[in-house]
Amino acid sequence: MTLIEDHPANPAAGDESRPIGYGRLQRKEDPRFVRGKGHYVDDIVLPGMLHGAILRAPVAHARLVSIDTSEALAHPHVHAVITGTDLQALGLAWAPTLSMDVQAVLVTDKVRFQGQEVAFVVADDRYAARDALELIRVEYEVLPPVMDARTALAADAPVIRDDLEGRTDNHIFDWEAGDAAETDAVFASADVVVSQEIVYPRVHPAPMETCGAVADFDAVDGRLTLYETTQAPHAHRTLFAMVAGIPEHKIRVVSPDIGGGFGNKVGIYPGYILAVVGSIVTGKPVKWVEDRSENLMSTSFARDYIMQGEIAATKDGTILGLRTTVLADHGAFNATAQPTKYPAGFFHIFTGSYDLKAAHCKVTGVYTNKAPGGVAYACSFRVTEAVYLVERMVDILAAKLGMDPAELRLKNFIKPEQFPYANKTGWEYDSGNYEPTMRLSMQMAGYDELRREQKEKRERGELMGIGISFFTETVGAGPRKHMDILGLGMNDGAELRVHPTGKAVVRISVQSQGQGHETTFAQIVAEELGIPPEDIDVVHGDTDQTPFGLGTYGSRSTPVSGGAVALVARKVREKAKFIAAAMLETRPEDLEWEKGRWFVKGDPSVGKTIAEIAMGAHGTVALPEGIDGNLDAEVTYDPPNLTFPFGAYICVVDIDPGTGRVVVRRFIAVDDCGTRINPMIIEGQVHGGLTDGVGMALMEIIEFDKEGNCLGGSFMDYLIPTAMEVPDWETGYTVTPSPHHPIGAKGIGESATVGSPPAIVNAVVDALAPYGITHMDMPCTPARVWEAMQGRPRPPI
Amino acid sequence: MQIPAPFDYARASTVDNALALLERHGPESRILAGGHSLLPMMKLRLARPEWLIDINDLFELDFIVRGADAQGADTLRIGALTRHTTLLESDQVHALFPIITDAEKVIADPIVRNRGTIGGSLCQADPAEDLSTVCEVLGAVAVIRGSGGERLLSMAEFHRGPYETAVAHNEILCELRFAVRARTGSAYEKVERRVGDWAVAAAGASVTLAADGTIEAATIGLTAVGQTGTVGAAADALLGQLPTEALFIEAGRLASVACDPIADQRGPVDYKRHLADELTRRVLRRATERAHASATSTATQEG
Repeated sequence: MTLIEDHPANPAAGDESRPIGYGRLQRKEDPRFVRGKGHYVDDIVLPGMLHGAILRAPVAHARLVSIDTSEALAHPHVHAVITGTDLQALGLAWAPTLSMDVQAVLVTDKVRFQGQEVAFVVADDRYAARDALELIRVEYEVLPPVMDARTALAADAPVIRDDLEGRTDNHIFDWEAGDAAETDAVFASADVVVSQEIVYPRVHPAPMETCGAVADFDAVDGRLTLYETTQAPHAHRTLFAMVAGIPEHKIRVVSPDIGGGFGNKVGIYPGYILAVVGSIVTGKPVKWVEDRSENLMSTSFARDYIMQGEIAATKDGTILGLRTTVLADHGAFNATAQPTKYPAGFFHIFTGSYDLKAAHCKVTGVYTNKAPGGVAYACSFRVTEAVYLVERMVDILAAKLGMDPAELRLKNFIKPEQFPYANKTGWEYDSGNYEPTMRLSMQMAGYDELRREQKEKRERGELMGIGISFFTETVGAGPRKHMDILGLGMNDGAELRVHPTGKAVVRISVQSQGQGHETTFAQIVAEELGIPPEDIDVVHGDTDQTPFGLGTYGSRSTPVSGGAVALVARKVREKAKFIAAAMLETRPEDLEWEKGRWFVKGDPSVGKTIAEIAMGAHGTVALPEGIDGNLDAEVTYDPPNLTFPFGAYICVVDIDPGTGRVVVRRFIAVDDCGTRINPMIIEGQVHGGLTDGVGMALMEIIEFDKEGNCLGGSFMDYLIPTAMEVPDWETGYTVTPSPHHPIGAKGIGESATVGSPPAIVNAVVDALAPYGITHMDMPCTPARVWEAMQGRPRPPI
Repeated sequence: MQIPAPFDYARASTVDNALALLERHGPESRILAGGHSLLPMMKLRLARPEWLIDINDLFELDFIVRGADAQGADTLRIGALTRHTTLLESDQVHALFPIITDAEKVIADPIVRNRGTIGGSLCQADPAEDLSTVCEVLGAVAVIRGSGGERLLSMAEFHRGPYETAVAHNEILCELRFAVRARTGSAYEKVERRVGDWAVAAAGASVTLAADGTIEAATIGLTAVGQTGTVGAAADALLGQLPTEALFIEAGRLASVACDPIADQRGPVDYKRHLADELTRRVLRRATERAHASATSTATQEG
């Protein structure tokens, strides 16, 4: 067992033994979680509450011929059965998605994916609701489904979205970044060009808690209280106001404890809307909580990118350019969550950590008869796909050139003096110092020794692989001039109140799904004001209690809300200076700050602590002009740029040559997320993300058969890793602060999920080098690895 | 939360009481032992029994006993309600039938093993079920009780096909009997995509050596590759031969030819045939090593 004491303080990151401010600190929220006292949506019980259940389509593509609810309505415990026709009458059959498309709340015309919502039953309890689903008679006229993105644009492909005016094909968008002509020229002059189709298969975030809601509509005062599993309560409230026509001030969205989100709980699902409709129709609170199969089959998936990658270099290993064309499968409705301007998210960060002469990417989005969604599973708006592409391509180039993949990376890194670095697709990297991070990971791994061991093992016919990934993330969306979701700028508010006795409450707009916000944000305030983190309450997840902001995803909480909290604390500190000056009968400019108190320059014994100032502010001190009697402040933070965390990961695998089974023996992760607020929480985030990476690399995939059946609809079919599949993580860090962020922090939530899959796949491919393999697609299951060993690796889709 | 269709529940106090309850509630009643196959199927509404007869209080079915059978043969008797964990942790089972320990190590996870039972596994008769193969390899005898008394069945008689056994709706599988043989070793190996997943393929073998070191008896069983019963051809090829790598290679080849896998998410047909071959060789090697060790320790005891 690892104890908190086992981790020595690291001088490079500041004084970690300091109890007030940054450093290792056990999570304030954990006492309630470890004692089973967390309070989740499904724990909410309201007087008279009814229960909803959704009837889902058994097929992927079918015209709805008829639906007969009479038998279900006759069930003694059923209060209402709602169909698409009912919703049509209310104008609620379709809802806008986060990508300017629309999505059916309940099917009115046509089923477009297996598991789509067809009808909603409200009953006395969840058992009766489920039983009544079996009493609804639905007649479908089955249509041929489009299950392969590669053929979705074929002239004879069935048109999925015939609901959209004038739609004659399954094309959603074409989007590009970089300079195509310049890139072509660079490729034409290069000594070496290698290309590879790289598939990032469809996976699912599969949070431990599935999605659900409790809707409570009060018909008397027209007020809706909606408890939801949401990562973005404020954005949801605004969207509900726009969609349902309930005035925004009459809506309260509460996101209680959330059992994992990973992007799965960003969008608004039909179930949430149906719970609201159910409550309006019955006049009672309605709870709807989906089961595991519903979560896996109908809620936001991730990835599903077919990428044709090309990399150009000189023969001595200087990488010149990178280009790719991508076929993006968005499912039946374009419901991805990302800033409006970027239909492929931040995929155009695919130039990675390298100084290139040119780069170009083109992404084509298509509809298929699969569940909608698309940006989820801790992907930083598709940085996951981008990093996977570039880190695989660099390894393929290394193999082609006969160069060590570490050496090739070191040779091509953006140099520290080049930051801030403008890449070829429009990003400005804020800060980076890549080589020391890479060198540290190699030193921790014993890289040269590992290569020697590998050589010996190869001579004995044993399969050992060493894989490297060096990633640059782009997180913290974002500057309002570039980034919005459905017109809502991606800024976050924060409010801080210091109570008269010096205890404080900070209210934030982002919602924790397990990230430790109640601790991290208290530590930021503690660092700025010098009061202990345990004296600071963090309030989040309730739109009646917190300022507006866009929510937790894309590793944006620390970069955006962390900036807001630091700034609001500084605002309070500045205000405290004026009050302290009044209390000390001196001028504010004669005061100096040390953590926790303002004191008189040249006479440190004379000063006032924050607690004393708070009492003064609320007490009888004669306040200076323009200073009111409290120690409160609020801000909304508009980040000037995104932040660019990075890291060097090294993975060691062993493969059983007889069975193709891959064992991850070691994994070394060196992360640089700038200023480290709570290293223990950072390590926890990294451990979780690395485990996700093992899952994606080795076992996770949502597959479909030709008829459109989802083959990943339960945890018997959709595998996620256990403690048995992961090694003892070896983590390290470097610190390169963000120059523009108020505290220099960059965000860490998704680094490991983004960075680990290529390290693992690179290790598997490296192990298979004796078979002449230079690429295989995920997931590297025993069967797929064995097929690669037979010289016939195949794409998963 | 996944929710089953309505059902009724009764908790049996003895085997006789359980048999009476089965009789009373008819063919739509099902026995609930560990429940780790039945309950998920009910939650998915794939199984919809009207009555569950819970036999978890039938401690009389939870035992591991070694002794002479009616004919005086050395026999290990395992009660049907014996949990996987008990089997995994039994030194006696490991010493006599290491194949059981091998298999139990790779059955699901500790939480499932704490509840799941050997009888439940056999009666579920999933084609990817490990203990069915183990019992076939060891030539186990199933003891089944009904209102009319007890009957003994070989595994060939017991297994009727996927999810189907000879146990009638008003009967209970009570125990499994395993003949203890000298100079015998056994082994099991499985390939799975992840711990707790069903087998992509698995193989089990038992080898008995004659005093002269030749193979006196051998059985080979395969899991999840469409093999019914043991692989007779592969076993026959071993009989009377000295155990050599060449012999194991031939047995592996015969096993891969004999099986009849289907392609699914766990792998294509050719891979599964390859595993039948590879794993047969592996378990024969290990079973033979164990048989040698057993012969040596027997010789030492006798000497």
